[in-house]
Amino acid sequence: MDQAALLAVLLTIVTASTPLLLAALGELVTERAGVLNLGVEGMMVMGAVAGFAVALTTGSPYLGIVASALAGALLAVPFGVLTLNLVANQVATGLALTLLGLGLSGLIGERFVGQPGVRLTKLHIPGLSDIPFVGPIVFGQDVLVYLSLVLAVAVSWLIFRSRAGLILRAVGDNHASAHALGYSVIRVRWAAVLFGGALAGLGGGYLSLAYTPQWIENMTAGRGWIALALVVFSSWLPGRLVIGAYLFGAVTILGFFVQGLGVGVPAQLLSSLPYIVTIAALVVISTRRGRARADTPACLGQPFVPDR
Amino acid sequence: MRIELEKRPERSTVMAWASPLIAVLATVVTGGLIFAAIGKPPLQALWIFFLEPFSSLWSIEELIVKATPLILIGVGLSVAYRANVWNIGAEGQFTIGALMGGVVPVFFTSWQSPLTLVAMLALGILGGMLWAAIPALLKIRTRANEILVSLMLVYVAQLLLDWLVRGPWRDPKGYNFPKTVGFEDWQTMPVFGGGRLNLGIVLALAAAVGLAILMRRTMKGYEVRVLGEAPRAGRFAGFSSDRMTLFVFLLSGGLAGLAGIVEVASTVGQLQPNISPGYGFTAIIVAFLGRLDPIGVVVAALMLAVSYLGGEAAQVALGISDKAARVFQGVLLFWVLACDTLILYRLRIVRPEAAVEGV
Repeated sequence: MDQAALLAVLLTIVTASTPLLLAALGELVTERAGVLNLGVEGMMVMGAVAGFAVALTTGSPYLGIVASALAGALLAVPFGVLTLNLVANQVATGLALTLLGLGLSGLIGERFVGQPGVRLTKLHIPGLSDIPFVGPIVFGQDVLVYLSLVLAVAVSWLIFRSRAGLILRAVGDNHASAHALGYSVIRVRWAAVLFGGALAGLGGGYLSLAYTPQWIENMTAGRGWIALALVVFSSWLPGRLVIGAYLFGAVTILGFFVQGLGVGVPAQLLSSLPYIVTIAALVVISTRRGRARADTPACLGQPFVPDR
Repeated sequence: MRIELEKRPERSTVMAWASPLIAVLATVVTGGLIFAAIGKPPLQALWIFFLEPFSSLWSIEELIVKATPLILIGVGLSVAYRANVWNIGAEGQFTIGALMGGVVPVFFTSWQSPLTLVAMLALGILGGMLWAAIPALLKIRTRANEILVSLMLVYVAQLLLDWLVRGPWRDPKGYNFPKTVGFEDWQTMPVFGGGRLNLGIVLALAAAVGLAILMRRTMKGYEVRVLGEAPRAGRFAGFSSDRMTLFVFLLSGGLAGLAGIVEVASTVGQLQPNISPGYGFTAIIVAFLGRLDPIGVVVAALMLAVSYLGGEAAQVALGISDKAARVFQGVLLFWVLACDTLILYRLRIVRPEAAVEGV
């Protein structure tokens, strides 16, 4: 493989991994607070349609980014009301969120089907971005790529090095004790749910603004679910999540690269690769029982009703 | 002013009945608001969407046809969810059921016997069970999350079907269209009534009654409820949650597979890339709206079938996108879950001045 081809593959891996990293990072924080939100797919796809629509009407991909985060957080609101205030079943409510997001985005996006979108351009730092090979990879990405990595570091710092993170983990690991200590479990969880929604929205926005700048119905194609699997895979550790997301992006892209070489494999088999790899990853990580169990936030999925 | 939840001393029986009705009512109101928001006359749109499907014999028959797969899948899911086992991959099990049952018409084209259809249905059930066994066994052996595995398999199943009907199973005389040979008379479900109703609805109702008896009158049904509501107590009673996981997955998967083969052997009539407008996912809503009770599921399936038909009618009459139906389905599930809180809790309005009153 010559250098240009290798560069192209590496750059595509970054674009394929970023939406997964963004969405999974949000869900990681949500789950650290003890809330399982299965609506990632729905919030992502709403972010995708909102980002596309706003970028198209205003002409600014950056306003599109803001809109996608807002749309994701907005869709997380009914989830929060139901699971946090009305103690509804988190699994069922998350599913409802996904179904609603897929339907609503289809309805909103109908008039945008087939329209060319606004592409989020890659940064160009004179000098640095022009360094052969290394330049485009390290200094020539778009802002969301950098944002996703900065956020990963920030989340890691927040969880393990800050007081807020201590409270977040307390709420997720033992909500009764956190409540007894005087922390508002519901308020912390609300913040985590909204953050998760905003990041899922950003991940979706990345798809419709940078990955393939157009609107296609259901364009998230299960990435929200893959992000959920990545959180399990990472054992709720942001550092491992970055590795997981990039490994995952690499596997997906290598599949397409193999197809490009003209190997006689059906396209459908390659398209199913991400889903099969997800299952394999879940199996591998779950087999290491003791470890994975210890990392799981102890109150994950359990509703909390304050007894005043 | 703030609203607080107060736990009821026991489940409210009134609310258990009323909450689905409140949810439907709230969905209709929300629907009206959505119609108004997209600039359509709300009342007229609601009429077309929710009431016109009942206006003629033709559409009532159509309603039953649409409800059939929803009942078959929904009753199985209701038992699984009762056991606190989350099979959300019914859409995939539906697809594999259709595919396995389709083996007979695709490869044994000329085998004409009363047993042909029986074999197809049996293969359909088997296909659904096989596909559902994957998440169940992975859950039991490795503790891999069944929600994610069963959902991932939906995509794999759809891609498998897509590959088969575009490749090896394509009808050689089909002008390159992605479809298999059309099913012959003896390979399709017997019809009755005005010629649209088929045996599928009979199977669906039988499944609903059978599972209602299972849940209410048998030890197995008791085991499902105990393991779902109090897993620890269930284990002390000697029930195995692993065996229960496998049981409900095979049950719900088999029924979803049956729904798949019934659907392709009746309304679709061949295998093609799109064989379902998301029945496997809508059935999740059906299961919850039906209060996770097999008989409730039948009623709920008919209501959700209205949203499919109403969606088509509204598209023709008012140019409302067919996507609106899916929005309603999502909104409905939200309201159902919200209203279910009322069964266990009472809403209490707390006014800040109430605290001062005592002084």
